[in-house]
Amino acid sequence: MRRGAVRAGVSDLRSHHTAEGLNAQSLQPLHRHACCANACPYSVRYFDFFNPEWPKPLHLQLNPDVSVREVGVMEKCTFCVQRINATVGEAKAEKRELKDGDIKPACVQSCSARALVFGDLNDPESDVSRLSKSPRGSKLLEDVGTLPKITYLSRQSQT
Amino acid sequence: MQQTSWRFWSLVLFLGAIVAAGVGTWFYQMYMGFGMTGINNPVYWAFYITNFVFWIGISHAGTLISAILRLVNAGWRRPVTRCAEVITVFALMIGAMFPIIHLGRPWLFFWLIPYPSSRLIWPNFRSPLVWDFFAITTYLTGSVLFLLLPMIPDFALVRDRTTGWRHWVYGKLALGWQGTTKQWHRLESAMQIMAIAILPVAVSVHTIVSFDFSMAPVPMWHSTMFGPYFVAGAIFSGIAGLIIAMATLRKLLHLEDYLHPLHFQNLGKLLLMMSLLWGYFVFAERLTVWCGNEPSEMEVFWVTQRGSFAPLCWTMVVCNFVIPFAILSLKKLRTISGCVVASCGVLVGMWLERFLIVVPSLSHKYLPYAWGHYRPRPVEIMITVSTFAAMMLLYTLFAKLVPDHLGVGAQGRRASVSPEHRRGQARARLVDHQSMKAVYGLYAEPHDVQRVFHGLLAAGLPEGRITIISSDPIEE
Repeated sequence: MRRGAVRAGVSDLRSHHTAEGLNAQSLQPLHRHACCANACPYSVRYFDFFNPEWPKPLHLQLNPDVSVREVGVMEKCTFCVQRINATVGEAKAEKRELKDGDIKPACVQSCSARALVFGDLNDPESDVSRLSKSPRGSKLLEDVGTLPKITYLSRQSQT
Repeated sequence: MQQTSWRFWSLVLFLGAIVAAGVGTWFYQMYMGFGMTGINNPVYWAFYITNFVFWIGISHAGTLISAILRLVNAGWRRPVTRCAEVITVFALMIGAMFPIIHLGRPWLFFWLIPYPSSRLIWPNFRSPLVWDFFAITTYLTGSVLFLLLPMIPDFALVRDRTTGWRHWVYGKLALGWQGTTKQWHRLESAMQIMAIAILPVAVSVHTIVSFDFSMAPVPMWHSTMFGPYFVAGAIFSGIAGLIIAMATLRKLLHLEDYLHPLHFQNLGKLLLMMSLLWGYFVFAERLTVWCGNEPSEMEVFWVTQRGSFAPLCWTMVVCNFVIPFAILSLKKLRTISGCVVASCGVLVGMWLERFLIVVPSLSHKYLPYAWGHYRPRPVEIMITVSTFAAMMLLYTLFAKLVPDHLGVGAQGRRASVSPEHRRGQARARLVDHQSMKAVYGLYAEPHDVQRVFHGLLAAGLPEGRITIISSDPIEE
C-alpha cells in the first residue's frame, strides 16, 4: 500500500514505509487533517471522533502493549507492530534468526479457520510467499498503483 | 474618521455576535469531539475543506488582480486596487483558519511548523497539509506587504492630522514617511517588485491547494488539470467577491464619484471571461472522464450529474455559467446591479463547485462496500456562516481604521475620498498649512490632479510648497 495514503500522511512522519515493508504509522498520531484517510483507496483509516470511554470493568480488556488513543487521532492496522517488535527483540536476545511463523498478528492468532497467514515475503521459503504466488491469488486495487502486499486467495473451484 | 455613528456600532455588534457564536461553536466542537460534525468515514472532508478552498480562492481577488492590473498598467484599476488587496488579506486569514479548525487536536497545530523540538521529528514534507502551511504563510506574508506598502503615505497623512494616541500609532505605521521624491521612488520600485513577486506566489498557492486533492488516488481527484482549474476558479470567485465589496462600499460610503460604472463594466468583462474559462474547464474535465469511462470515476460522475448531487451540480452550472453569461455578455445588462447579481451567483456557484469536488469523490471511492454519505450538522453550518460574518466584520473595521480606504491614487498616491472632502477644493481646505511638508496622496487622474492643485492655490498655499508626484504626465 504505497501510493495514496503514505504519500498523503500528515505531518510528523507518522506514516511511512518501514524497512520490513509495512505501511506503518505511529499510534500516537496527532492531526486529522485527514489527508491520509481521504487518499486511502481502501478507506481503512479510522478516526477517533470522540474521546473513548470504558466503563469498568471494560477497561481491563485494553491491550497493555498499545496506547489508548484520544480524540482526534487517525489510526490504521499496523499488523500488530507491537507483536512484531517484541518477537524481533526476543529473537535478538536469544541470538537466533526469526523463524517463519514466529510473528503472529492478533487476527492471525485468533482466526479459528486459520485462513490468515502472515510472514516474510522476501523469504522464498516462507508459507506466505509460497501462497502469494498461488494462481488463486489476487490483490485488491492493484491497478490503482498501491503496490499492495496482501494477497487474497480465491476459493478452489470444484468444477 | 474620528466620529463613529450608531449605525457603525450596531453593525459591528451584530457581526461580532455571529463571529463570537462561531468561535463558541468551534470550542464546543473541540470540547465534545470532532464527531459533532457530519464528517464520517469515508467522507473526512466536507464543509470545512470546502470553506478552506473557497476562501483561499476569494483571496485571489486582490493581490492577483491588483498585481496584474498594475503590471499591464490598466488606468481604470486605481479605485479597485486597495479594495481588492484588503479582501485578499482577510480572506486568507479566514481561509487559513480552516485547516486548524479541521484538525483532530487543534491545540497541537504548531507541530506543523518545522522547528527543532524535543520530539526530534520534522513535519512530513510529503504531506499536503505541510505544503498548505508553507504556501499560505508565504502568500499571507506577501499580500500583507503588498497591502501595507502603498498605505504608508496614507498613514503619514493621518499622522500629520491627528494628535494623541492616534498620532503615535499612525506615526509608527508611517515608518518615518516624509513624502520626499526619493521615498516615493523607493516605494514605487518596492511596489513594482512586489507586484511581480506576488503573481507566481498566488498561482502556486491555489495550485498547492489543488494538490491536496489531485495527489491522492481518488476518483475524479487524480487529474492533471486540477492546478489550473483551481487557479481559474479562484480568480473567478475573487473577482465576484471584489465586485460585491466595491458595490457595497460605493453605496454605503457614497463613493459614486470614484467608483464609476466603467469600473464595474470592466470588472464585469473580466468576470465574463473567467466564467467562460470556468465553463471550458468543467466541460473539458467532465468530457474526458465520460469518454474515459473508467468505472470508479463514472460512479462519481453520475452521482454528480444525475444522482443525489445533481440538484447542487446543476445549480452550480446555472450560477457560474448561465446567469453570468446571460447578464454580462449583454452590454445593456452589464450595469452595476447586473454585475452584483452575476457576482452573487458566482459566489454561490463557486462554493458549490468546491463542495462538489470534495464530497462526491470521497463518498464514492473505489470499493462500493466503503461508500458513505454526508450531511452537514449544525456545528459546521454555524462555523461556515460565521466566516462570512467575520469577513464583513474585518472589512468594516478596516474601512474605519485605515485612512483613505479606497484610494484613487496610483501606486501609493491616494486621495481621501470621504464624502465631505472628495472634491479638490474641499480637500485643500483641510490641509494644515503649518505642518505640511508635502501634499500626500494626490489624485492620479490628470484632471483630478489639476483640481487639487487649483484647490490648494485657492486655499492660499504658496505654489512653491506644493509637490505633485504622479506616474501619469501632468499637463500644465
